Amino acid sequence: MSVKKHYSFLVNGENHTVESYPANRLLDVLREDLRLTGCKEGCGEGECGSCSVFLDDVMVNSCLVPIAQVQGRQVRTVEALSSDPLGKILQEKFLEHNGAQCGICTPGMLVAAITLLRRNSQPTLGEIQDGLAGNLCRCTGYKKIFDAVADAAQVAREQGVLEGGKA
Amino acid sequence: MPGQLLFSSSSKQGSSCFVTNRSVMVDKCVGKSVPRKEGWEKVTGAALYVDDIVKPDMLHGATIRSTISRGKIDRITFEGDIPWDEFVIVTADDIPGENSTKMFVGEQPVLAKERVNHPEEPIVLIAHADPYLVRKARTQVKISYIEETPCLSIEDSLNKAPVVWGEDNLFKTIRINKGDVDAAQSEAEIIVEGEYFTGASEQLYIENNGMIGEYDAEEGVTVTGSMQCPYYVHPALCAVFNLPKNKVRVIQSDTGGGFGGKEDYPTIIAAHACLLAMKAGKPVKLIYDREEDMVATTKRHPSRTIIRSGHKKDGTLVFMDVDFALDGGAYMTLSPVVLSRGSIHAAGPYRCPNVKILGRAVATNYPPHGAYRGFGNPQSFFALERHMEKAAKQCGLTADEFRRRNFFREGDLTATQQVVQDRVDMRELLDQALEAADYHNKRERFKKENEGNPVKKGMGIAAFFHGSGFTGGGEQKMASIAGVEGTKDGKVRVLAASTEIGQGAKTIFSQIVADALKLPYDMIEVARPDTDDVPNSGPTVASRTCMVVGKLIQTASLALKQSLVQEGGLDEDYTPEQFAQACKDYVARNGKLRRYSQYEQPANIVWSDETYVGDAYGAYGWAIYVAEVSFDTRTYEARVNDFVALQEVGKVIHPIMAEGQVQGGVAQGIGYALYENIVWKNGRMMNGQMTNYIMPTAADLPVIRVLFAEQPYASGPQGAKGVGELPIDGPAPAIINAIEDATGVSVNQIPATPEILMKEMEAAGVC
Ligand code: FES
Ligand code: FES
Repeated sequence: MSVKKHYSFLVNGENHTVESYPANRLLDVLREDLRLTGCKEGCGEGECGSCSVFLDDVMVNSCLVPIAQVQGRQVRTVEALSSDPLGKILQEKFLEHNGAQCGICTPGMLVAAITLLRRNSQPTLGEIQDGLAGNLCRCTGYKKIFDAVADAAQVAREQGVLEGGKA
Repeated sequence: MPGQLLFSSSSKQGSSCFVTNRSVMVDKCVGKSVPRKEGWEKVTGAALYVDDIVKPDMLHGATIRSTISRGKIDRITFEGDIPWDEFVIVTADDIPGENSTKMFVGEQPVLAKERVNHPEEPIVLIAHADPYLVRKARTQVKISYIEETPCLSIEDSLNKAPVVWGEDNLFKTIRINKGDVDAAQSEAEIIVEGEYFTGASEQLYIENNGMIGEYDAEEGVTVTGSMQCPYYVHPALCAVFNLPKNKVRVIQSDTGGGFGGKEDYPTIIAAHACLLAMKAGKPVKLIYDREEDMVATTKRHPSRTIIRSGHKKDGTLVFMDVDFALDGGAYMTLSPVVLSRGSIHAAGPYRCPNVKILGRAVATNYPPHGAYRGFGNPQSFFALERHMEKAAKQCGLTADEFRRRNFFREGDLTATQQVVQDRVDMRELLDQALEAADYHNKRERFKKENEGNPVKKGMGIAAFFHGSGFTGGGEQKMASIAGVEGTKDGKVRVLAASTEIGQGAKTIFSQIVADALKLPYDMIEVARPDTDDVPNSGPTVASRTCMVVGKLIQTASLALKQSLVQEGGLDEDYTPEQFAQACKDYVARNGKLRRYSQYEQPANIVWSDETYVGDAYGAYGWAIYVAEVSFDTRTYEARVNDFVALQEVGKVIHPIMAEGQVQGGVAQGIGYALYENIVWKNGRMMNGQMTNYIMPTAADLPVIRVLFAEQPYASGPQGAKGVGELPIDGPAPAIINAIEDATGVSVNQIPATPEILMKEMEAAGVC
């Protein structure tokens, strides 16, 4: 397993340096070294999306990202969402529409929803379905999540958090 | 919006619960979609699931399992470049008490000792501080076996080929008899026969199983983890560790879904974590990865059902003869109760004077099959509702007219001779569901459009019912207790072992208590299920939490109020502030203020476990589901385009959560019908990954339209019955019926994957 090295990167705006094997997963470094346990391991192989985080503002499955690739980059996790205006709106709408049942898929689902709405501030139902298709939820049948995302998009547009049209 | 059609109250009016003006608040919390109690923690990532918890000095554990389906353990060796002397190693010899999980006959070992009876049976446990080293070491424990011939199908098991359990492989046999099926043969003018198969399926909660065990020579064992039933784990640990009740503590961590899959297996994981902790003298965390969770833990029982029914020319049922068999896997575990529920429901919501049901749960050498939402009913209703489709055709009637003629009417007797008390008219439900689905128009349109079109569309119906709570005398035996506490901060805290697993238990309990005490929703808290703190309100299964436990806390709430009025000087006509003050004063003066209530069987419920005659359930949920499906004759793929789920589940306590429960259940049912196939090899699941065990994604599902018809149930809290399980009973038959409508081909096996559909369609010459 080669040797441990030091890796420095930003997480939710804060500088962190960890000592880790280069192949260790970003997911484990976040959860175990930094105790940011909001991202979850549902499958460990890139299928469920419950480990989703932002790496330089792009959604990634943190179970597939070796820590060596994170050196010098920026990570954002569910723990920082409340300070992002769109994240906050989505959290409120997930709550209002019961988009979180057991809640284990929710952190990843929120990351996927932000990614979708940033790209497309007025998604149709079909576009929401496609945008969230990489994140599995076993509890909801997804409908309440769609409701939450559609409603959040509308509120975000009204509040000027998102632009009016499609990007 | 169609989802709101039958609601008596709109789900948007949640806020009145927070208004502390009593005139607005009285009896207003139930029926409103208040925010989920633990919702904020969940949307911010702050909720703590078991893998999110660390204990000082904690080790990481792993389980070494059998690689064969049946045989004797020959040798265990610890190989490879592993510092084995640094490891904690546990085998069956380290168990201080009984080597048993205590379920029914208790023959399932915690750790296999001399022999194994299924693949993935746990044999050795290891733990170390370095989780990476544990992962590596896990592959270096080598076990050799003397293999024996396994039994790997229901048919072989019934034929005793070979006998792998007891004398005849039969875990349980149930016989239900009503009228005289033999004598009725001659009255039937049309006889319909069919055989139906359902596969195993995985609950696939997104949070894998896991436990943290702790041991202290003085305190005994403590386990924290993902589970549905703390009081199943508790007595099992007492037996395994040979400890008195007060030396075992079981705490539920936030749990990421269960669906039955965290009903019995967590007991084994809890025992494993605690055995390691005892030997290590340190806390041990034992978390399954996805593959281990899928291949080693329980699944839905595969089934085979043979139905023979007799009808008059007009379609009316004369007799039903059902032979229902479940594959229980290697140990009995929950099979008898799964079989019981499936058998009782096997004749469906149909009036039939002569019914014979033979239910058998058989032993094989698969890992034990266990609880999964629906608990025997999805198997039963797949067979029955496919059979009804066949019978309708043979009687020359449409699917809806055939059912209309045969539905229960008020006062009819079920298969167990229970008088149908619920004032539910299935014919009315059917009409409403068909209208919402635009069933007749669409069928006609599809008939025309399907001509020459490679994509064929069809409509399918399923009619079914689902008993809420335990079967028969189960609730009486369980004698559950739940309570409420007036706290020193002037709040009310619910005390129950019923777990929040995503279904909304905390929210619904809070709503019921808020209304019982005429307090605002945010004055109610719910204690974490911890056997040191909460009484045994029974397991969180069988859609019983709201109906049975909800009723108990409602009653306990009234006792709490009574105490404050009589002993605490609280005015009967109190404000929330006065109530809070009275709690604070009472606790300051007298110490803890807790009031409990214990289950008492309503006097009108009579049941015999010997004869299977009587009131099998206190109440039933009733439903008609309608699926619109398209089948592509080029790719053999079926897709659900529209789904209407109409049900009567008593008073709906929380409309948005109830809708969510139904949508989630239907989504699982769609997976069960079309996608979720387990590939077995010598009794082992070969596709234990989300990549190749395919559950529906957001892009695979239609918008599931949910409708409720509310008929309050007198013995439930504010008229509520169970809602959690019902929705998985209906989708599979509705979908397969729709495929038949689209193609004319009768498919009698699920999951109906493209491979299966290709075979069936080609055999029928359709594609
Ligand atoms: S855990 Fe990373 S995608 Fe499932
Ligand atoms: S809410 Fe449970 S998996 Fe999505």
